[in-house]
Formats: sequence, structure tokens, C-alpha cells
Amino acid sequence: MTDPAKNYVEGATGPWEIVIGMEVHAQLQSQSKLFSGASTTFGAEPNSQVSFVDAAFPGMLPVINGKCIELAVRTGLGLKAEINLHSVFDRKNYFYPDLPSGYQISQFLQPVVGKGKLVIDLPDGSAREVGITRLHLEQDAGKSLHDQSPNLTFIDLNRSGVALMEIVSEPDLRSAEEAGAYLKKLRAIVRYLGTCDGNMEEGSMRADVNVSVRKPGQPFGTRCEIKNVNSIRFVQQAVEYESRRQIDIIEGGGKISQETRLFDTGKGVTRSMRSKEEAHDYRYFPDPDLLPLELDAAWVEELRRNLPELPDDKKARFISQYGLSPYDAGVLVAEQESAHFFETVAKGRDAKMVSNWITGDFFAALNKSGQSLQDFVIDAEKLGGLLDVIADGTVSNSLGKQVFAAMLESGKDAMAVIDEKGLRQVTDTGAIDKAIDAILAANADKLAEYRSGKDKLFGFFVGQVMKAMGGKANPAALNDLLRKKLAP
Amino acid sequence: MSLDNATVAKIARLARLRIDEAALAPMAKELNGILDFVAQLEQVDVTGVAPMTSTVAMKLRWRADEVTDGGNAEKVTQNAPNAESGFFTVPKVIE
Amino acid sequence: MDGFTIAGARDRLTKGDLSARELTQTAIKAMEAARPLNAMITETADKALDMADAADARRKSGEAGLLNGIPLAIKDLFCTEGVLTTAASHILDGFHPPYESTVTANLWKAGAVMLGKANLDEFAMGSSNETSFYGPVKSPWRRRDDNAGLVPGGSSGGSAAAVASGFALGATGTDTGGSIRQPAGFTGIVGIKPTYGRCSRWGIVAFASSLDQAGPMTRTVRDAAIMLRAMAGFDAKDSTSVEAPVPDYEAALGQSLKGLRIGIPKEYRVDNMPAEIETLWQQGIAWLRDAGAEIVDITLPHTKYALPTYYIVAPAEASSNLARYDGVRFGLRVPGKDLTDTYERTRAEGFGAEVRRRIMVGTYVLSAGYYDAYYLKAQKVRTLILRDFEEAFGKVDAILTPTAPSTAFAVGAKTNDPVEMYLNDVFTVPVNLAGLPGMSVPAGLGSDGLPLGLQLIGKAFDESTLFRVGEAIERAANFTARPEKWWEAAR
Ligand SMILES: [Mg+2]
Ligand SMILES: [Zn+2]
Repeated sequence: MTDPAKNYVEGATGPWEIVIGMEVHAQLQSQSKLFSGASTTFGAEPNSQVSFVDAAFPGMLPVINGKCIELAVRTGLGLKAEINLHSVFDRKNYFYPDLPSGYQISQFLQPVVGKGKLVIDLPDGSAREVGITRLHLEQDAGKSLHDQSPNLTFIDLNRSGVALMEIVSEPDLRSAEEAGAYLKKLRAIVRYLGTCDGNMEEGSMRADVNVSVRKPGQPFGTRCEIKNVNSIRFVQQAVEYESRRQIDIIEGGGKISQETRLFDTGKGVTRSMRSKEEAHDYRYFPDPDLLPLELDAAWVEELRRNLPELPDDKKARFISQYGLSPYDAGVLVAEQESAHFFETVAKGRDAKMVSNWITGDFFAALNKSGQSLQDFVIDAEKLGGLLDVIADGTVSNSLGKQVFAAMLESGKDAMAVIDEKGLRQVTDTGAIDKAIDAILAANADKLAEYRSGKDKLFGFFVGQVMKAMGGKANPAALNDLLRKKLAP
Repeated sequence: MSLDNATVAKIARLARLRIDEAALAPMAKELNGILDFVAQLEQVDVTGVAPMTSTVAMKLRWRADEVTDGGNAEKVTQNAPNAESGFFTVPKVIE
Repeated sequence: MDGFTIAGARDRLTKGDLSARELTQTAIKAMEAARPLNAMITETADKALDMADAADARRKSGEAGLLNGIPLAIKDLFCTEGVLTTAASHILDGFHPPYESTVTANLWKAGAVMLGKANLDEFAMGSSNETSFYGPVKSPWRRRDDNAGLVPGGSSGGSAAAVASGFALGATGTDTGGSIRQPAGFTGIVGIKPTYGRCSRWGIVAFASSLDQAGPMTRTVRDAAIMLRAMAGFDAKDSTSVEAPVPDYEAALGQSLKGLRIGIPKEYRVDNMPAEIETLWQQGIAWLRDAGAEIVDITLPHTKYALPTYYIVAPAEASSNLARYDGVRFGLRVPGKDLTDTYERTRAEGFGAEVRRRIMVGTYVLSAGYYDAYYLKAQKVRTLILRDFEEAFGKVDAILTPTAPSTAFAVGAKTNDPVEMYLNDVFTVPVNLAGLPGMSVPAGLGSDGLPLGLQLIGKAFDESTLFRVGEAIERAANFTARPEKWWEAAR
């Protein structure tokens, strides 16, 4: 357990604790919508992916997409949560132009998934458990465009009815960093499960961030909900800004009013949402167009058995099976693809060396390229080939970096680069002998110093010989031979 | 329970029904008549009784995840009182 | 059109001594003659003739369906593709659905011909067809020696008038609290509300989702059996549609009632119920006993709570179902100074007084702090009402009651007191709350010369027994009275 005090922020009146709870809306990876057969593809022409059900035409009725139920339950299982075999769809009633029926079909009193937990990994290598309150299924709303006309709002219903899971956390997070770590882990889990693509730019994952502040040991303060924050960085900025705003208000003698706020990504500030000012009375009641959702216990067990290995388990395995550091293991399992890439390369190779290479030069180059692992010029086979020629002494580790750089440029494999550039390591003792003799002859003064006890000069001779041989000398052989020659 | 004018105005607002000041009192009277009538239910003992959740005794059917609908932007918007470039339009909403 | 029934027309169409076009032409003429009744919101004569021609062509090629060439009126609550659909509300001004309701699609598949869209209470909310934006429907019936306009009942008042006046051989109705059975009873025709889940609700403008059910309104029990068979059936587009085969209801007709037990619930008597209704009920009991049925006294103790339960549940669901009428995607829009004002003006102008009243009640009973006391409580009482029926159906095969506590009343007689109007549905509402099938069969005339109906209530999905028993009543009652065609002179 981490020390809570390390997250306290300093105010004029002393330390404050930030309390954060998150409601994450994650779009389920289904082809069609939760209650209609319209497509969920992103970026289509306005209203072209809208059924009359989504547009709430008279007489239209919802029919649930079984895949969405499966994905929600899988996510619940991935969060080690209780699965409710009996759950109910309710109507949440309110008027808004992007909500055509005047109600959102959601789950209120009886959600499909109950309490669960999620472990967040913090940059200092520590980990902490965060409570999941619930996960429920609901419909997304359409999209309002306010910037198309001076006096009109344009409505596109393509998103209307797309299946979302709303994942609600306990107010267990205590810093912007933890909030970010929570979102990162949640995204990793849903991606591992294949239940949500986690694509925040396209809005497949959005966070409502509930922020309050309190003096350590005091009860929770009044919270503000920052709606629809769509990146991890923005979540962190929003928490930083909002907590500071609240502290300033309270320390200035003011009171926090519970409200819905918006994060202005341009200015980096949160501000009150005028349109949501009105107190809501959602008049939830069970949707009479649907029946209660009944799950078969055996079916749930089947899903549980078929869950993939999730990030936490994979990380633990990487540590024990490959002897990786928790940090490196954490970096590798953050994405399923990178974990898989690592394991592909590590097969039959020195796992630590593979890990060092992947988390070092390889990721640096990958990030710089902006490409995905799949499209990257160096695939697992090529990287493995390079590591093999380093391991068998064809090139040294440092020459290997040159080879890697050339591979990035040309896309060729390691041996081709080595042959082309003549970078093959020299293990021929005769050649090394010759080079050593020449260096010793040219540096008689240094040799004398060395023999008189200046041991440090050993490195100097290694460097000179390596330089003379264009870096291609086998370092072990060079050390060996040099030591013999220098021996009095 | 008896509704006053303020409550009637609040409900009308929730239901997005414009109601003139002068109409509040008559509406309150009508609603109170109905609420008095339904207040008979107070006499029924429902201890231990589960609410009815569906009129038919069956399980919720699940649909297959297939795209079977949409691609009808024109039909979707053709009944709209106001539509522009494929969008529905409403008076500007300020967020 | 007089003397025609669906079964009779079917026989003549099959024999070939009548074409669908001839029948439809006659029906259109009669429909036009009956305009003073205001039974139709939209007449679709051209479409009817096209459909009739298609029916004749199908007949020739040997593909005639169950209702091939039969002209019907469609309650204007069913969405009909490309044909104005209003729910009798101003708020659906100009709405032309780009889709066809499942029930009407089933009827067209069976070969039926659409005469037009029948008037109704706005959004099916009413018991007298006086809340329609398109004006009240007048009953074809008048009291003996009295020319006062009477209501046809509601909400399927236009459908009832279309059938009772004779221009449509059948009509679709919907029944949320009695809206098929009460107008059928008031106008001397047969109306059945099938089991909830029997007919698809897809494409029918929703009033109260857990109660709404479509059904046929016809002149005879046999006609209702034929028409329901065509309307009903499983529909994957309605999550509350039941996957059960639809029997050939006509096959149930004519069977003896021997061995059937008919329940008589002692609670179906209300204050001020005219003695002649009690008399008619006793008459019905005698008919069924004579036909071989065993009469069993039963109790449905929560009957008196059905109406208050209904007037919580139905408005609650309606308040939510009607939120989609906001002037954005279809229908009326009344511009306001901003979005909320636009919503509020559109909905205040677009909905009539009864609909607004029910939206208000529904919004209130669901609102914070009142949900448990009203809605949740009502849904629990509903469970008790269902249990009453389940217990009774352990002992009997069907239940016999009056359809309504009075004969038809004068236009305007009950419009000032909503609760007084609601009492019309006292015998029909419990059936909707429990999701059971119920049928009204004309059984006689009151002292005022107006029709009276008897109601049969059946077990879930056992409409066949209702047809079987209903036909026995029909036979015994030998109800042949028809309204005088005063409207033809009124043109
Ligand atoms: Mg939220
Ligand atoms: Zn949500």
C-alpha cells in the first residue's frame, strides 16, 4: 500500500487530498448497434447509419444484440467482477436533441455486472487496487454539431444507439497520475479482451471524471463531474486544474457547488456546462419494450474459461518465466501486441537481452516512426535475426546498434546489412594479434607506464585496437589477447 | 398528496409541455382528481409481492450481431420539419 | 355492403361470383356515404382499388391468401408505408412512415385491401373517440326515438364505426385498457384483444408498451377468428412477441361447450350499473349453461384496484413513449425562442388536453420521490391482479363478464370529468394488466335500443376457447340489430 500522504497537494492552509472516481464509457466492438441492426462504423455520412429504431420513429422497438451482452460480460469477468445473472434495462428520461426517443436505454438498479477490481501500475513500480462499482450496458446518444451554422445545431444520429458499457469506479483514485494509470489499465484490459478498441480519439472511450478535494482524514467533499474527457493526458490535466480550482475556492472561503463541467482542451481549464445546469429528474423505470436480461450460469462460466491472459497475469508470468524486471514486464504487457512481439522474439533467445532491446532501441525507433507494430519495418523475425548475430558474436552489441540503424533505413535483414557494410566481427586471433602489436609499438611510452603499474591504461589499448580494426574485433578475444601481450 | 401550482409547473417543465400561468390551477385540479382516484392503491397490502416486470412469461431474445439496417439517410430525414445537408437541425444549443 | 361478412365475402370471392374490385368499389361508395360519421382520417380509395386488382390477379393465379380481396379499415395508429399516419394527433402532422407495421404487413400478405385509416382517440387515449385532433367519431347507432349523437366508444372508435356502419368488413383496433372491446360492445360488433405478445407491436404507435395489443374488430366471431389468424404471429422485431404457432381459430368454432367451465367473477358489478346489464349477464350465463358449459362462481378480489393501477402504469409508460414527439425528426414543429421553448410549444400545441393530462400524470408518478409510492406499487398490485386470474384459471377455462358498465353515451356527456370517463374501462382493464385475451361479443340491446356486449376472458394464448365460447353466445343471442343509416340522409 502506498503512502497516501505522497499524493497530498499543498494549499495555503496545508495539505489537501484529491478524491477521484471515474465513469468510463467504452464502445463495444460490435458490428451493429445495441438495439438495432444499423452499422457502428466510425466516420460515415450523416444519418447514414441510422435505423428507424435509432431515430425513435413511431412504433419502433428495440431488440438486443447478443454480442453486446457477451462483450459486457467478458469485460466484467476481466475486471474480476460479479456477473448478475438477472439484470434489467431501464429508461433514463430526458430531453436532448441527440437523444431521439427522449430516453436512453440503460441499466440503473440492476446492472449486468456488479463489484469488481482493477490494479493500477504506478510509475514508481508500485501497484494499487481500485474498486469497480459496476458495469452496465447502455445506448450512446447521437452527435450535436454546434459549429456548422450561426443559429442552428446540427444533429447526426449515426452514433445513436451504439452499444456502450459504462464502467464506474469507486472514488479510490487520489491523483492525476493515478487517474491516468486507471484509464491506461482499463484500456489495456478491454483491448486484451477485444471488447473495446480503446480508441479515445474516435470517442470509443470517454471518461466522466468526478473530482472532489478534502483535508486528509475528513469526509468526502462536494464533487464536480467533468464530462466526456477523451484522452489520458486531458484526464490528468483536468484533474490538476479542477482540484486546484476547488482548493482555491474553499481556501478563499467559498463552497463547491455540485455541477457538471466541461474540460476545455484548448485552454486547459474546466468550465460549467450551461446546457446541463438544470436539475435532472431522470424518472428511471424498467423499459416495457424489453424483458429482464437472464444469463445462463454455464454460459458465463464458458466465457470465463475462454478469457485470454490479462495484463496483470501476463506481467507476473513475464517476471517469473523470463526473469524480467517488474518495470520492463509492465512496459511489455501494456499492449497485447508488444507482449506477443516480445514472446515471439524471446522464443529460443535470451529473454533479458530481448527485453532490453525491445524496451530500448526498438521502442524508441517504433515511437519515432509513428507506425504500429504490425506495419513497422522491423518485424519479429528481423529483430530476432539481429539478436542472433549479436549473441553468436558475428557483431558486437555496439556494432549491433549500427546494424539496427541500417536495418531501419533499408528494411534489410541483419546479415544483409552486415555483409554489405563489412561489419562482421573479427575473431581471427592472428589479425587481432597483428593489430595489438602495431598499437603497442606505436605507444611505447604508454606501455612503459602500464607496466610500471598504471592499470587503467588497459582500456586505452582496447580502444586503440578497436579503432584500428574499425570496431569489428571480437571484444572477448581482444581482451584475452591484449592481457597476454601486456603480461610482464 | 395534493399538487400545487408550482409542482404542476415543475412537472410540465420536465415533460416539456408549455403551460400558461392561468392554466396551472385547473390542471392541478384535474391531476389531483386523478391522483385521489389512484390513491385507492394505498389500501392494498403488497408486502412480499414482486413488481410485474413483463407481461409475457418468456426470456429476452438475443439478436445476432449483423448489420441489417441503415443506409437510409434520406428516408430518415425526409419527415423532418427542418433538415440541412443530411442533418436534422434544431435551434442552437449552447453547451 | 349489408349482409356481407368476411366469411361470406370470402366464399363468394372464392366461387368467383364477386370480384375484389367489385367488393372494394361497393365498400368505397359506402365509406364515402358514411363520411358524416367521421370514422376515417384518411381514405385511400385509389390504393384500395389497386390492392383489389392485385387480389383479383392473385386469385386467378391461385395464390389467394386468407383475406384475399377483403376491404378493411386500419386504425390510424398503425404505421402504413407512404400513407399519412397521425395517431389522431396534431403532433404527427404530415407524417408519412417509410415503413409498414408488422400487423398490417401481415394483412396485406393475406391479401386484404386497405380502405383507409380510421379515426381514434388521440394516441389511443380515450374511451369515446372524442379526443381526436380530427374531431369525434359519431356512433352509427342512435337511441330509440332520439337523434342525439352518441359516442362509438374508444379508442378504436373509427374502426368500430367503420364496421358497425357497414362499409368495412373488418378493422384493426388496438386495446390498451379496453379500446377494442368497449367500442365493439358499444356498436354491436365483435372485438378481440388477443394475448399480449400474440400480435407484433412493431410499427404501431405506442401508447403503453406493456399493455398495448392489436386485434380485429368484425361483425361476427368467425370473421374475428379469420382476421386474427392473419394478423397474429411471431415477429423477431418485437422483443415481447411470443414465438408460438398461431392456430387455425376458425377450426375451434362450432364445437360443443361440453366439459368447459365458465367462471363468473362476483366482483364484476359496480355501483350504479344498470340492471339490464346484470340481466344480460345472467342471460349469457344461461346461454352457456344451455350450451353445455359448467358455470363456476369465482373471485377476482383485486378487480377494484385494476383501474387505479392502470391509471398509473399506462400514463407512466405513455409519458416516456411520447417523449419522442419533439418536433425534430417528424411531425409538427412550433418554433420557439430557443430549443426548450421549441420543445414546449411543439408539445403543448401538438398534444390535445387528454394526452397532456396523461403525460403530466405519468411524469409525476415516475418522478423522484414518487416512483415507489405510485409506479412500483402499481406494478406490485399488477402482480396480485395476475395472480387472481391464474388462480381462477386453475378452476375454469374462460370467464364471462359484461364488457362495459353502460351502453354508449352522448357525445360530450363525460368529457368534463376524466375519472368518470375512466370508469368505462372498469371491466376491460384487468385483462390488459394481466396480458390475457379478452373478447366482446354483441349480446343484446339495452332498453334505449343500443347494443350491449358480453366479455369473455381467456387463458394466455388460448384465444381458441374464446372464439368457441363467443360463437355460442353469438348463436344464442342471435344479434341481428343494425343501426339505421341516418348518415346517408345526413349527407
Ligand atoms: Mg456519467
Ligand atoms: Zn452513461
